Amino acid sequence: MTIWYVPRDAAAKSVGADQVVAVLEGRGETVVRTGSRGMLWLEPLVERADEPGGVRVGWSNVTADDVAKAELDPNADNYLGVVADIDYLARQDRWVFDKVGVIDPLDPEDYLANGGTAGLRAALAKSPEEVVTEVTESGLRGRGGAGFPAGIKWRTVAQTPPRPHAGDHANALAHKYVCVNADEGDSGTFADRMLIEGDPFCLLEGMAIAAYAVGADRGIVYLRSEYPDAIEVLQQAIVIARECGWLGGSVLESDLSFDVEVIVGAGSYVCGEETAMLESIEGRRGMVRVKPPLPAIEGVFGTPTVINNVMTIASVPSIIARGASEYAALGTEKSQGTQVFQLAGNIARGGIVETAFGVSARELVEDFGGGTRTGRPVRAVQIGGPLGAYLPVDRLDVPMGYETLAEAGGMIGHGGVVVFDDTVDMADQARFAMEFCAEESCGKCTPCRIGSVRGVEVIDRIRSGVDPEDNTVLLRDLCEVMTDGSLCAMGGLTPMPVLSALDNFPEDFTPSMRRTDDRSR
Amino acid sequence: MTQTSTFDTWSAVTAKELIEPIASTPGPVLRCLQAMQDRFGYVPADAVALIAEACNASRADVHGVLTFYADLRTTPPPAVPVRLCASEACQAVGARQLRADWMRRCEQDPELAEATGTDEPIFCLGNCALGPAALVADSLIGLATADRIEAAVRARWEAGSR
Repeated sequence: MTIWYVPRDAAAKSVGADQVVAVLEGRGETVVRTGSRGMLWLEPLVERADEPGGVRVGWSNVTADDVAKAELDPNADNYLGVVADIDYLARQDRWVFDKVGVIDPLDPEDYLANGGTAGLRAALAKSPEEVVTEVTESGLRGRGGAGFPAGIKWRTVAQTPPRPHAGDHANALAHKYVCVNADEGDSGTFADRMLIEGDPFCLLEGMAIAAYAVGADRGIVYLRSEYPDAIEVLQQAIVIARECGWLGGSVLESDLSFDVEVIVGAGSYVCGEETAMLESIEGRRGMVRVKPPLPAIEGVFGTPTVINNVMTIASVPSIIARGASEYAALGTEKSQGTQVFQLAGNIARGGIVETAFGVSARELVEDFGGGTRTGRPVRAVQIGGPLGAYLPVDRLDVPMGYETLAEAGGMIGHGGVVVFDDTVDMADQARFAMEFCAEESCGKCTPCRIGSVRGVEVIDRIRSGVDPEDNTVLLRDLCEVMTDGSLCAMGGLTPMPVLSALDNFPEDFTPSMRRTDDRSR
Repeated sequence: MTQTSTFDTWSAVTAKELIEPIASTPGPVLRCLQAMQDRFGYVPADAVALIAEACNASRADVHGVLTFYADLRTTPPPAVPVRLCASEACQAVGARQLRADWMRRCEQDPELAEATGTDEPIFCLGNCALGPAALVADSLIGLATADRIEAAVRARWEAGSR
């Protein structure tokens, strides 16, 4: 029996996957909706197997017209052969994304058949302390960008007694929380979205393991509103997981009681900062909090809270199932394991590349990514989101890792790699960084709230040739104040893209040397 | 071109029914406001006092939350809202040009402009390898052009008036 596999991932749907499915189903074919393999330039990527679980061959960029006109043909130009053998995929080392694009994300049988719940079962067979030790020894660090060791954070929460919600009676029920930050606001990142849409049970399994390790009874996924498909899939997955006994009163018939709810964001970038996220979960303005107290001690509703990024938590099931030592052996000395890189922007082969740390930016952009989509030379690459540095093309040999990128004046952030060709105006990009900060600042710190507005004005003056030298000094001074005088990364790191653009591409800031005319946004 | 609204008209009775179960949970204000918008398409001014009372919060607190979040609106939404991604990954593949193209098209066709609203930029739709990205109502468009966006808008219109 022939089975067709077509992604239900939002990116695949954004280029016509649903229309292809409508034609196939109209013809009476059996279609399984999977996540995306992460080779986004090939979407809609349609796969076919002769039997359930059989070898899958694929066709790229399939249109509804293609499937309406004729059978997909192995002699066609867009025939890909065996999908798992495609170089881009075969060269990756997938721990987090191993099931994404393979399984039906909402089919628990499919999840079990592909190794699902193995990590949770292995964890429940250990003591909570052993699980914390295992995560510590894996070297797993926070994938949201800060890079804090997950095991150490978990240990703090494990050692802090549960507490009633702030404002509740002292004898009220005491709680600890596992809170997943899925407010993936960085431009150029989409790994959290694709994991949730493609393998939501993996995230829930990781949360249950964390809950067992630290003694938490409640879970929250704070998911951004810009991801409607992910919200829908995750909400369905939670219902199914309860039915399967993976969440709820006695998880996998153990003593663990743990349930998860989704809280949807409301369009605020700064709510990806963990303390602003806590404020938002508690229903208030997303204003950054002063630390301490650390969220591990006083987090959501005043209870001890594990806050981890989606990628951090979703790494855990594989780490526990396959062993911390195997994971720790990957990558570099200080950045162990794999990172889910996201190749984005002006890139020929954009998508997900999960591979060990230590790969160079050049390998990602050129070998995996194939250079720019436009075919023009690469001029700049922004790594780590809107607060990350713009690296010029001659500095792409830096190995990807938390410390190595920091030494190169950048940061790895959430693993986004955004490519620009030689038509980019880097003064535009610097201006945008300040503009974005002005738009998204929570307003708590003056250097961030006001400095970003002044930053836009100063850059405009430099570009129009008004005292460019003095104003450049002023811009650098302003950046220093923002870096040193802001509580969180929003104001503290906005200078990174601004100054990297200024340092690496000074010619773009000089009116007489301007490469392109003013292009208003 | 007309589209039947998918939202209910304001009703204080309905609003109270929506607010009540949320108000008894921890940290309810934002979720109450979101519930208003999901049902009515925006947060009518009258909802603020209802939420404040039910959640034991001041009106100023509720107003503060309402005005902090970009998603929350205080006026009814356009028939088929169009949002264009303004973030770096889409800038790298022509988001600024796309915005200019779309604005020009709206200038030439006031009916289209009215139906799709004054475009507020959106920062990242998570479609960064297939940019420029746009959101037409709740449909994500990849490799967006003004033509593709307009086609999606018109398809939405037809579906709405059917």
